[in-house]
Amino acid sequence: MTGLVMPTPDTETMRRRAEIVADMRIIVPGEGVVDTVNEMRAFESDGLTAYRQLPLVVVLPETVLQVAKILKYCDERAIRVVPRGSGTSLSGGALPLEDAVLLVMSRFNRILEIDYPNRTVTAQPGVTNLGITHAVEQEGFYYAPDPSSQIACSIGGNVAENSGGVHCLKYGLTANNVLGIEMVLMNGEVVRLGGKHLDSEGYDLLGLMTGSEGLLGVVTEVTVRILKKPETARALLIGFPTSEQGGQCVADIIGAGIIPGGMEMMDRPAIHAAEDFVNAGYPLECEALLIVELDGPGVEVDHLIDKVEAIALANGSTTCRISQSEDERLAFWAGRKAAFPAVGRISPDYYCMDGTIPRKELPRVLAGMRALSEKYGLRVANVFHAGDGNLHPLILYDANIPGELDKAEDFGADILRLCVKVGGVLTGEHGVGVEKRDLMPEMFTEIDLDQQMRVKCAFDPQHLLNPGKVFPQLRRCAELGRMHISGGKLPFPDIPRF
Amino acid sequence: MRVCMLMTTFTPTSAAETLSVIQWALANEAPLEIIGHGSKRALGRPIQTEHTLDLSKLSGVMLYEPEELVLSARAGTPLAEIETLLAEHGQQLAFEPMDYAPLLGTQEGRGTIGGVLAANLSGPRRLKAGAARDHILGISAVSGRGEAFKSGGRVVKNVTGYDLSKAMAGSWGTLAAVTDVTFKVLPAAETETTLAVRGLLDEDAATAMSLALGSSAEVSSAAHVPYPAVTRIADGALGSDAATLLRVEGFGPSVDYRLRTLTDLLKNAGTIDTLAADLSRTVWRDISDCVPFADGSERPVWRVSMAPNEAHRMVMALRMQAACDAFYDWQGGLVWLRMEADPEAEVLRHLVKKSGGGHATLVRASHALRAALPVFEPQPPALAALAARLKQQFDPKGILNPGRMVPAAGSASLPPVHTEEATS
Repeated sequence: MTGLVMPTPDTETMRRRAEIVADMRIIVPGEGVVDTVNEMRAFESDGLTAYRQLPLVVVLPETVLQVAKILKYCDERAIRVVPRGSGTSLSGGALPLEDAVLLVMSRFNRILEIDYPNRTVTAQPGVTNLGITHAVEQEGFYYAPDPSSQIACSIGGNVAENSGGVHCLKYGLTANNVLGIEMVLMNGEVVRLGGKHLDSEGYDLLGLMTGSEGLLGVVTEVTVRILKKPETARALLIGFPTSEQGGQCVADIIGAGIIPGGMEMMDRPAIHAAEDFVNAGYPLECEALLIVELDGPGVEVDHLIDKVEAIALANGSTTCRISQSEDERLAFWAGRKAAFPAVGRISPDYYCMDGTIPRKELPRVLAGMRALSEKYGLRVANVFHAGDGNLHPLILYDANIPGELDKAEDFGADILRLCVKVGGVLTGEHGVGVEKRDLMPEMFTEIDLDQQMRVKCAFDPQHLLNPGKVFPQLRRCAELGRMHISGGKLPFPDIPRF
Repeated sequence: MRVCMLMTTFTPTSAAETLSVIQWALANEAPLEIIGHGSKRALGRPIQTEHTLDLSKLSGVMLYEPEELVLSARAGTPLAEIETLLAEHGQQLAFEPMDYAPLLGTQEGRGTIGGVLAANLSGPRRLKAGAARDHILGISAVSGRGEAFKSGGRVVKNVTGYDLSKAMAGSWGTLAAVTDVTFKVLPAAETETTLAVRGLLDEDAATAMSLALGSSAEVSSAAHVPYPAVTRIADGALGSDAATLLRVEGFGPSVDYRLRTLTDLLKNAGTIDTLAADLSRTVWRDISDCVPFADGSERPVWRVSMAPNEAHRMVMALRMQAACDAFYDWQGGLVWLRMEADPEAEVLRHLVKKSGGGHATLVRASHALRAALPVFEPQPPALAALAARLKQQFDPKGILNPGRMVPAAGSASLPPVHTEEATS
C-alpha cells in the first residue's frame, strides 16, 4: 500500500493555483485561506500519518454560504475538494490531494441549539464529539457514541465516518444517534435531511450520508439525540486461560439476554503492555481479559453483575473482580483506554487495524493472526470490542528499518482478508479511506462497487469530492451509466405465472 | 385506458430467477410492481403495471445465530415466521414493526420481512430502539439495471463502503428488488409494565412525557391517547379517560425500581394506574397498529412524523381548521390523525412545517384521493432532484414500482385507476 496511487493531479488546476487562491480569498475574507507551504504543513496528514501530501490550498470557511460558494466555484471549474474535520481519521479519509482545495470545517465550532424537551442538540460540524456531551452534562445528559478520539474528533467527521466507540453495542453507532443534517452538495445546493423528527421522509439519504467518508456532500449542521446518563455503572474484570473461554463467556452473556454498556477484550500481549504502562492491576497470567460494564439503575446493575459473574465462572474464569467504587471502575478501564499508547511504548511504531468478525470466529482469527505474526516476523497485540466483534489488532514495527512499514501493511492486509474470509468486514469504525481502498474487491464484486459509485454519481457526477478515497478504481459516471441489456425473452418458463 | 394484453405475475423462488425476471423487464422496458404479501398495497401512491414481481415464494430463514444477534432471511419470508422463531429464543426485532392490516382492513399478521424494510416499519419502541433502518445489517438485491448486488454484511459494526442497505429502508421497492436481508436482533425484555397517567389534556401530557423521557427511568415507549381514541384500545380496557402511557421494559427488579421513579416523578400530574405485562403488551400492540382508527372506513388517516414536543400545538392549530381525531406515539414524534372528511393535506403540511418541520404521509384514503394527492410529503426542489437522480442511478428505465412514491419520471398524468382485473 505504500505505493498508493492517487488520482493524477490536474495540470490546468495546478497552473491556475494563484488565481484559485485569490478567488478563495474573495469568498472567504480574512484569515480563512492558507496557502504557504509552512502553514499548510499542519494539514498535510490526518491520523494515518504514514501518508502526507500538501494540498493546493487550505480554506477554512465560516458560513454555509461560503461553503456553498466554494463548492459551486470548484464544481464549475472541475477543481477537486477534500473535506476535513479535526483530521483524526485513522484511514486517511482527509489525506489532501496536490490539486485539491482542502476544505477545513473547524471554524464551524458552535452549538446552535439545546432542546431538552425533545432531547436534541443541534451543532455545527466542527464541534467535538465530547463538546456535545459537555454542553448538556450539567443537566445529566450525554451523547452516546464515544470514539476513542472523542476529545478531538468533530461531530461532522463522526457523520462522515459513522463513528462507533465502546458503547455502541447498547447505544448504537453515529447512524443511530443522528436525527438530521444540513449539507452542501458539490454543485453548491444546500439540502436538509431529517431534523428533530425520528423518521426522515423519502429515501434514507441520511443513512447514505452517514459513513460516506466525505464523498457525497459537506455537512454544515448536525442534529443528534442525547440520552439521560445512566444512574450507575459498574464493571467486571475477568481473566480467562484461553481466548476461546473468553469468547464463549461473551456469547453466553448475550445469550442470557444481557446487553452490557461496554464489553471489551484484550489478548495477552495487550494485557502486558497495558499493565506495564498504567499498573491497572490486570492479571498477567491469563490469555484473555474481559471488561464487562453494566449501566443503569443500581438495582439492575447489581442484579446483572451477579448473573455475569456466574456466567464467567461457568466458563472457567481464573480471576473475576467487580468494581466496588467509581475509582475502581475507572482503573479497570485505564489499561484498556491506554492500550494504544502502551503498545507505542514497547515498539517504535504500531499500525492499528480495524476489522469486524462474527464473534464466534474469534479463536480462529486469533490463531490465524499468530501464524501471520510468525510469517511476517512482527508482533501483534489485540484489543477487541467483544460485544460487536470489532477487532483492533496493533501490529508492532519499526519504521526506521527499511521495508518494515511495507511488511506491517502487508500483514495488516492479510488480517483484513482473514476477517472477510470468516464472514466479517474490512472496517468496523475507522473507515476505508485510502488505507483499505485497494482491499475493497476482497469484499465486493465489481457490480457491488459500481452500484456504490453510482450513488456517488447522484451526488457528485464529476467525482470532485474527496476522489481517491474508498473506491479502488474511479470510473466515469457516463461509463457507469451504460447498460448491458440482455434477457429479452420471458425468463424461466417454469416459473408459476397467474 | 390501456388495454392489458398480457398480465403476468412472476413468482421467482430464487435470487437468480429474480434477476432473470428483472433483466427481462429491463429488456422489454416493462415496469413491474414488486410485492411480497401485498399487505401494504393500499398504502402509498397507487400504481398500475402490466406485470407483477411477487417475491412471496422467495422465503425462508437462512441463518439465525442468537448469540451473534443476527438473522438472515429471504425477502419474502413472512414476518410472523421470523417473530415466532425469535420469540422461541427469547429474542425480537427490537424496532417492533407495526402491522397496517387493522387500519387498511386487510388480513392481520401478513407481511414479509422485505416489506418491513421497504416501508421502514417500526413501532412504539422506535423512540428508544429505532426503526428497521437502524437494524438492517446487509442486503442482496437486484437493481433496475438488471444487476445483482450486495451491501453491508452480517456484523453490527461495519463502515465498509456506502450503506446501501439503509437506502433500501423506506424506498418502497423503487430502487431495487431486495432478495435477502440480514437484521440485527436483540434479546426481548424479561418483562414490561406500563404506567398510565389518566385524564391529562394534550398539553399536560406532552409535559409529562417530556419529563419521563428526560429521566433515567429508560422509558421505551411513550404515547398519549385522548378520548375518543382511548376507548378503542385493548377492547375498551382503558375506559374513556385520556391515557398518557409510559412503557418500562427490562429485568424484573429494574422495571419495579424504574416504575417507582416514574410514579414519584409524575405524582402531581394526575391519577396513575399501572398496567401489568399482558395488558401492557396488548395496549402497545393496539397503539402500534393504529387500532383506534381501524374503523373499517376510508376516512383519511395521516401519519405525521415531527419534533415530539411540538405535536400537541400542531394538532390544536389543525383543530381550528378541520375536524379530526388524534393520538400520539413516540412522545408526540408520531401523530396519528383521522380526518372527519377532507384530508386537508395543504393545511396539515403547512402546520407541520411551521411546527419545527417533519412530514405527513396519507396512509389511508380512498384510491381516488391517493392518486390525486401527494401521499408522501413533497420534498423541496433540490432534495427532490437529488432523490430523482438516486432513483435514476438504481433504476434508469423506471421499471421498479414506478410512481409508488412520487409520480414516475416523464409521466404526464396521474396513473389510471387500479382495476380489479389488473390485480387478479
